[in-house]
Amino acid sequence: MMNSATHTASRRRRFSRVNDVWPWLCAASVALSLLMLGALLALLLVRGLGHFWPATLEEVTLDSGETFAGQAVREVALPQRAGDERLYFTGNQDIEGVRWRWVVIDEIAERAQPDDLIRLDRSPWGDFIGRLVAIEQHDQRWEGDAAWQRLNALLALPASQRQDSQLLLTTVDGQILRQPLASVASAQAPNAMSVWQKTLAWGDAVWRFLSEGPRAANTDGGVWPAIFGTVLMVILMSVMVTPFGVLAAIYLNEIAHQGRLTRLVRIGVRNLAGVPSIVYGVFGLGVFVYGIGGSLDEWFFSDTLPSPTFGTGGLLWASLTLALLTLPVVIVATEEGLARIPEAQREGAVALGATRLEMLTRIVLPMAAPAMLTGIILAVARAAGEVAPLMLVGVAKLAPQMPIDGEFPYLHLERKFMHLGYHLFDTAFHGEDVQAAIPLVYATALLLVLIVLVLNLTAIFLRHYLRRQRGNEC
Amino acid sequence: MLASLHSANTSQAPVAHFSSEHSCLSIDHFSLAYAGKEALRELTLSVPRHRVTAFIGPSGCGKSTLLRAINRLHDLNESVTHSGQITLEGQDIHDPQMNVTELRRRVGMVFQTPNPFPMSIYENVAFGLRLQQRMPKRKRDDIIEWALTSAALWDEVKDRLHRSAWQLSGGQQQRLVIARTLAVQPDVLLLDEPASALDPISTLKIEELIRNLKSELTLILVTHNMQQAARVSDYTAFLHQGELVEYGPTDQVFTNPRLQRTENYITGRIT
Repeated sequence: MMNSATHTASRRRRFSRVNDVWPWLCAASVALSLLMLGALLALLLVRGLGHFWPATLEEVTLDSGETFAGQAVREVALPQRAGDERLYFTGNQDIEGVRWRWVVIDEIAERAQPDDLIRLDRSPWGDFIGRLVAIEQHDQRWEGDAAWQRLNALLALPASQRQDSQLLLTTVDGQILRQPLASVASAQAPNAMSVWQKTLAWGDAVWRFLSEGPRAANTDGGVWPAIFGTVLMVILMSVMVTPFGVLAAIYLNEIAHQGRLTRLVRIGVRNLAGVPSIVYGVFGLGVFVYGIGGSLDEWFFSDTLPSPTFGTGGLLWASLTLALLTLPVVIVATEEGLARIPEAQREGAVALGATRLEMLTRIVLPMAAPAMLTGIILAVARAAGEVAPLMLVGVAKLAPQMPIDGEFPYLHLERKFMHLGYHLFDTAFHGEDVQAAIPLVYATALLLVLIVLVLNLTAIFLRHYLRRQRGNEC
Repeated sequence: MLASLHSANTSQAPVAHFSSEHSCLSIDHFSLAYAGKEALRELTLSVPRHRVTAFIGPSGCGKSTLLRAINRLHDLNESVTHSGQITLEGQDIHDPQMNVTELRRRVGMVFQTPNPFPMSIYENVAFGLRLQQRMPKRKRDDIIEWALTSAALWDEVKDRLHRSAWQLSGGQQQRLVIARTLAVQPDVLLLDEPASALDPISTLKIEELIRNLKSELTLILVTHNMQQAARVSDYTAFLHQGELVEYGPTDQVFTNPRLQRTENYITGRIT
């Protein structure tokens, strides 16, 4: 008797221990998720933004007496504990043939950081790291500090006005190079810069990354066409998917007889949301590109055949494919919003003499607007991050023309476009210079996350504003 | 108890008759079924003009169903079938010639829970007006002020007409809904337990409002509250299981019911 009493008591204690622990388990799950999210963002921020900070340049002398200049990137342990190896970015591809150099740390005799080392951003050939000897314009010649000041003054001018200048450069091991100034984009002497100057240079580099087109097979330069392509495609997608999704949801929730068929359709729509996106890509390629696009070409653009106009991937087909992909999301969210509107509101409107259309447009749809916006937020978030289907229906590694320009009809729906997600993939795996691509991959990934965030925040604020206006949150 | 109720059932229709000039709405052998399940059976009564008529009866007796039938709210539900006639001022409301939105304008309805729309107080009252022909803003403002005054709400909201209606208290919301209905100048106002979700003071205000409104229109009130029916109504109809049991002047129904069933219900011996 006594025994069983203690037994139950101990069982109860064990249960109460479970009772104490489970909130902590839940909290731990949240903490773990937050930690992973924080780690992801921190990695992207540090690696992505750190790339643009003017790095210290080193002049390295090896035991063999050889010297070179470069930026230390990272260190890796050699196999069999033979010490460490350091990777330097040395630039000067036109002189050395390579831009990177692995050096065994034990073989380094001396590392110095002289203030007169400069770094030029050139096109072609990429970075130059070395010293400025002189600058020549016609028969004038500047040397030393005067040359550096003259160089900065000339770089402030537009490229067309510095055609006639030449730089006389030398690498740290004494090779001479003549460089036309017209091919130089920027110059800096990072070792001599103050923190404030570095910050300005960093801001400038970030801005150029955001506002310029890619160079050197996407391993250098900026991502502006990709940003533009991504945002334009997402906007076009939203414009296409919203009316379709909302009308479909209204039909399913307000008009259709709520029978077995409607239930079946609803289940079907919900399951469509889970279909892998590449499947939509295949559908888009088969139906939109080859089917509809091919027919359009035959009817309206037969004079340019066999080179296709709409019969190949393009902005229109990509937006349509993504609209199809995100349609279930919009339908489901809108339908849930419609279903939440109390019957009393509908009856109230009808009892005042409103027709069904008036009830829908004046009461039900305004009340469901936040839910629709939620659907669009989800759709945008999904569409902006989707890459796989785009590869089939219109994204390009390098689009020579922007989809919007000054040429009639201004918006060119048939053109191929660049996309941040695809740009990321291409930079990471198809670049010639993998080492150079790594920081750009982080920067592009960070940018993609930020764009999705900005698009989402816009919709969230809009939704908040709508709710506030109606006063149901006060 | 229920047995005594049934034993008192008589086939004679307990109908109060009014001459046609006093009758605003008449219901003639009206039956209604939800998906084949009968909810109202052969109801016949006529509702006098400019009076308050109360429908009382236990839950599920069909009084709300009857009320909703009068402005054809059942049209929204496909599974509802009906037979018999309801005539409003001599016009059959189910006549194909009858414009259902016009009918609903003429027969306003106030529901159990206040259902103001998610917009400003002003826009709530203007809602019905905006559904009709365009009118100058000046005229609309006048009608809105008149409607809010008639609903005894004007003094409380005149300084915040453009604030959200959802910020009002429950009682104010219900009076706003009444004002919204009054704005389209209906002939009949249907009230479906309008005070059941309100506190006692708000309830008193609504009851006072109902008494004041009968000089302007005909009111039909569904209520669970016997005292309320006795306080505000001129005529009372007692419904039970979809049938009209007794109908007459409220004084007579409450003090001297003709049937045992009615007396049992009124005195609380059945619910």
